[in-house]
Amino acid sequence: MRVVADTTICQGHQLCQGEAPDVFGFDADEDVVVVLDEHPDESRRKDVATAVKYCPAFALSIEEEGTT
Amino acid sequence: MTAAERHRLAAIPEVSTVLDDQSPQVPEIIRGTGHLPEMRVDPIGLFHRVRAECGDVGRFRLADKDVVLVSGAEANEAFFRAPDEQLDQAAAYPFMTPIFGKGVVFDASPEERQQMLKNQALRGDMMRGHARTIEAEIRRMVAGWGEEGEIDLLDFFAELTIYTTSACLIGKPFRDELDASFADHYHELERGTDAIAYVDPYADIDSFRLRDAAREKLVGLVQGIIERRKERGKVPRDQRDLLDVLISLDMSADHITGIFISMMFAGHHTSSGTASWAMIELLRHPDVLAEVVAELDALYADGTEVSFQALRSIPVLESALKETLRLHPPLIILMRLVRADFEVLGRTVPAGTMLAASPRVSNRIEEDFPKAADFDPGRYIDPRQEDLQNRWTWIPFGAGRHRCVGNAFAMMQMKAIFSVVLRDYTFEAAQPLDSYQDDFTKMVIQLKQPCRVRYRRRAGR
Repeated sequence: MRVVADTTICQGHQLCQGEAPDVFGFDADEDVVVVLDEHPDESRRKDVATAVKYCPAFALSIEEEGTT
Repeated sequence: MTAAERHRLAAIPEVSTVLDDQSPQVPEIIRGTGHLPEMRVDPIGLFHRVRAECGDVGRFRLADKDVVLVSGAEANEAFFRAPDEQLDQAAAYPFMTPIFGKGVVFDASPEERQQMLKNQALRGDMMRGHARTIEAEIRRMVAGWGEEGEIDLLDFFAELTIYTTSACLIGKPFRDELDASFADHYHELERGTDAIAYVDPYADIDSFRLRDAAREKLVGLVQGIIERRKERGKVPRDQRDLLDVLISLDMSADHITGIFISMMFAGHHTSSGTASWAMIELLRHPDVLAEVVAELDALYADGTEVSFQALRSIPVLESALKETLRLHPPLIILMRLVRADFEVLGRTVPAGTMLAASPRVSNRIEEDFPKAADFDPGRYIDPRQEDLQNRWTWIPFGAGRHRCVGNAFAMMQMKAIFSVVLRDYTFEAAQPLDSYQDDFTKMVIQLKQPCRVRYRRRAGR
């Protein structure tokens, strides 16, 4: 999976860091999320999916990558 | 508007007229104002017809303003992504100015105010405290309920959400000075959002007179609280709230009241209406209600606290709440004033025009939400996730940069409310299920009264 953050709509709530601090960080100057690990291990899927689901700005998504 | 601009606007189809704006049944003050008379009586019919007749980009007229209403994912995305300099929120809601108070202008745009609210009261680390506060407020409201009885949904939730929003956003000491009269006056204010404001927000009509009288009464209540605070003198820092801060800045009661009204506005009628509609939809769908109750009973079986669980996943209840929000979005239209020409789907909307998106219309687009009129919480379960899959058309909270900053707070509040009331009580409709209806005659939509339900304490609770 590929983790994508749309920093043009992120509102800086930082809830994603609570779910997956190894995947999501925070740029305090810009007040927006930073994706720390764009391709997290499959074992992290549950927490990342929770972060995506509960993002108050709907700024996060998971893109599935081809198997080729 | 120049001739060239008029020409470009004419390229955008205009919706038909079903209510003659010169008809004798139209109040004199809004005769000749295009679709304004219709928007005052059937806004939903109007907005849906724009999409049905004109497609993703259509047009109607409110007095001297053309309003371009967009819908569908692509047009909505352009609407929600546009920068503030291009699409201005503040100028689009003339009915709000007299409510906040003339002269009560913050030295900040709506965008900056939203950011301030997020940073001061809606931070993630403050949610736990808010959850405790909300749980306590709900328990306080039901404390006198007894074994069985009846409530009016609008009265009950409008009062509860006055207490929760004031306690969380302003402070508990302030909230403790309030009673139901504050909620009553606040409700009158909300009823003062007549679309006639698009012609004259200070017109001499009943709802505006009531609005102004209600605001005066709120100022009076706040004045009384301020005087008691002044008599009481200084208290330790940890017992102070926002009101103490504003008093120390020497602000007038009128100004402080205006600030409080505006802080509470976005979170009040929206949460109150959503809680009411969630209850109604659950009563209309006993199978879903049974699932929600079973979920809550299981989650709380081990003594987990509501204030803890409300911040965590409660999937079945959340799905029912999301579906309630999709079908009954508290705001049916979001407006902006176009400050610089706006391009959308090959059309140009010239500066000076109003631009709008409609949660009510977009949330029911059949292609995105199959069987869109059906209440189906299953839409939000993996892998359908129709909210995340349609992030530009599933828009009960708006979308993009200005997506409601309070949405996590609002969802937590809904989860706390239903965690408390559904575990301790059973509910049934006290009137025919199809008689619960919204009153769309004001820009702030509220349930039509009566909207009564009966409760009975659950065995062993």
